[in-house]
Amino acid sequence: MNTRSFKGWLYLIPAIAFLGVFVVYPLFDVFIYSFEEGYNSASQTYFGIGTYNYSYVLRDPYFIQALKNTFILVVITVPLSTLLALAISVALSSIQKLKELYQTIYFLPYVTNTLAVGLVFMILFQKTPYSDGFVNQIIMAFGGNAVDFIDGPYWAKMTVMCIYTIWVVLPFKILILTSALASVNPDYYKAARVDGTSSWRIFYRITLPMISPMIFYLVITGFIGAFKAYGDVVGIFGTNLNAAGMNTIVGYVYDMLYGNSGGYPSYASAAALVLFVIVLTITCINLLVQRRSVQTS
Amino acid sequence: MKIVLEHVSKRYPNRNRKVGGVFTAVDDFNLTIPDGKLIGLLGPSGCGKSTTLNMICGLETPTEGKIWFGDTDVTNLSPELRGVGMVFQSYALYPHMTVQENIMFPLGNLKGEDKLSKEEMLRRVKHAASLVQIEELLERKPSEMSGGQQQRVAIARALVKTPKVLLLDEPLSNLDARLRLSTREEIRRIQRETGITTIFVTHDQEEAMSICDEIVVMEAGFIRQVGRPQDVYDEPENLFVSKFLGTPPINVFDAEVQDGRLLIGDAVMFDVPGVPNGPVVAAVRPEGFIVDNKGPLVCGLDLVERMGRDKSVVATHPKLTSARQIRAIIDSDVHVDSHVDTVRFALRRPKTRLFDVQTGERVHFPGEEVVREYQRQKKATS
Repeated sequence: MNTRSFKGWLYLIPAIAFLGVFVVYPLFDVFIYSFEEGYNSASQTYFGIGTYNYSYVLRDPYFIQALKNTFILVVITVPLSTLLALAISVALSSIQKLKELYQTIYFLPYVTNTLAVGLVFMILFQKTPYSDGFVNQIIMAFGGNAVDFIDGPYWAKMTVMCIYTIWVVLPFKILILTSALASVNPDYYKAARVDGTSSWRIFYRITLPMISPMIFYLVITGFIGAFKAYGDVVGIFGTNLNAAGMNTIVGYVYDMLYGNSGGYPSYASAAALVLFVIVLTITCINLLVQRRSVQTS
Repeated sequence: MKIVLEHVSKRYPNRNRKVGGVFTAVDDFNLTIPDGKLIGLLGPSGCGKSTTLNMICGLETPTEGKIWFGDTDVTNLSPELRGVGMVFQSYALYPHMTVQENIMFPLGNLKGEDKLSKEEMLRRVKHAASLVQIEELLERKPSEMSGGQQQRVAIARALVKTPKVLLLDEPLSNLDARLRLSTREEIRRIQRETGITTIFVTHDQEEAMSICDEIVVMEAGFIRQVGRPQDVYDEPENLFVSKFLGTPPINVFDAEVQDGRLLIGDAVMFDVPGVPNGPVVAAVRPEGFIVDNKGPLVCGLDLVERMGRDKSVVATHPKLTSARQIRAIIDSDVHVDSHVDTVRFALRRPKTRLFDVQTGERVHFPGEEVVREYQRQKKATS
């Protein structure tokens, strides 16, 4: 090894050490745990090696529920939030007056404290002895019946969850898409205008292909982010997610580790790896689709 | 298509809002562009030439005035209704489309009765591509082509709808020097072949001089002069035009007229009968200097450059204001002793132009005329 590359490795040691201890080692550990049957964290012993953990997790009704919840969340929020962000970004980039004001308003959730956001959602949806929540008041004003969004029927809770998730991820997507839109050379639009191109055709044939790499980036990160949903769910429905029927895969992993039913690192590891395989598959599919449809310039 | 600009002005609100007021990009333009000609809008950057082009195109509407295409008032007409084709400085080729898709794009916008069949579209694309000689590139993406090829595609895209007017914004500025030469001839050829009235914008006077039927020299929103390139070069109406045209640039001196004689410093250059006494600006083209041992203009000699066809004499004179040094171009067979400190010149009258010190307008004097072949013919016929 020559001195140059030796020096290079030397400088990398702090980073590698940290990553090794806190990322690489745990990854391997999780993998190993997931195959150790009957692992006891107190005595650090196990009965044998096999796939029992996986078959347990995949048969656990709580895990199935968590899987279902996560999938619903992903399937609804990722496309909706991306489309919504696209619509808002296009609108933002086409207005002149008060542009900065609107940009700031749409970006506010990004810099707002999660607790404050949670509070806002409580005011909107929470039923308390004093109030039915803002949304219920609106529903009642239109002659509907009040719905308990936090402890009520499954669809109501899922609606709140989806609205919350979309609202939280929107600012970042808007930020990315407005800058993508701004980076499109205005000459393209001028050239299209000279040829009398309709605004829909301009959007569909020019704008969309130009910003498609960014859209795909948002879809991929959106999928990954939505699959990892946990903190926000706890923020709204509390820590006993299984009882609320609103658990997510990450929530299930956490419960298996530290929750009331916790102390099962093997089950947690198996569930985490199932999540990993799902995310990996979806991301690979995304990348394949992207390679086919996104045109590089 | 004859194009007429009638008292056209374009004003923008000032960019610096605190200052307020308006910025006038184009000021009271009157211009007639004859049918089927190649016209160059020429001027330094910021003179309003691109704004003028955009107004003719329809991308911008004039604040005042009218624009006529033939007998039609197009002032408030959108670009696609005017029948114009535009080539942008950046070419603006859609990077995700092939050359064929790019050229076909304008045809896809046609609706209703004008809608074309796929075969007809392809036929027209092929025709436009053959005009600019890129038939073999139709399947390529813009990123897979050279700048010159992209330029051709952009022209083909502008031509595919058979416009009545073709507009080019700085068409050569993104090309290297060698391609620039061939491309400008290419533009000339395409214009001749199609007979489309073509207007192009450039800041490069050589470009404009070489291929245009007429040039429009602009400065700070005003038209300074319109005419055939050679006429404008020979007979500049003001100091700006004389300085803007020509490489190497014209040499400008602080001069004086006393009793019908032109003086630079204390030396008498030649007689200028009829010109009133007082200071004037004398501008001499590089080819207006004659090396003469008894010549009146005594200059410090810096350098003699041999450039094959001719020689360039670099000298200094205290009354020179346009640059640090005079650059005179003389025949290569004229001997100049480069080991001495001074060189003496006589000036050619037809290559010397006088301008008013205050207004910069041309001051005429007898014996300044350049007599050229077509002017003789013109005189003979009239």
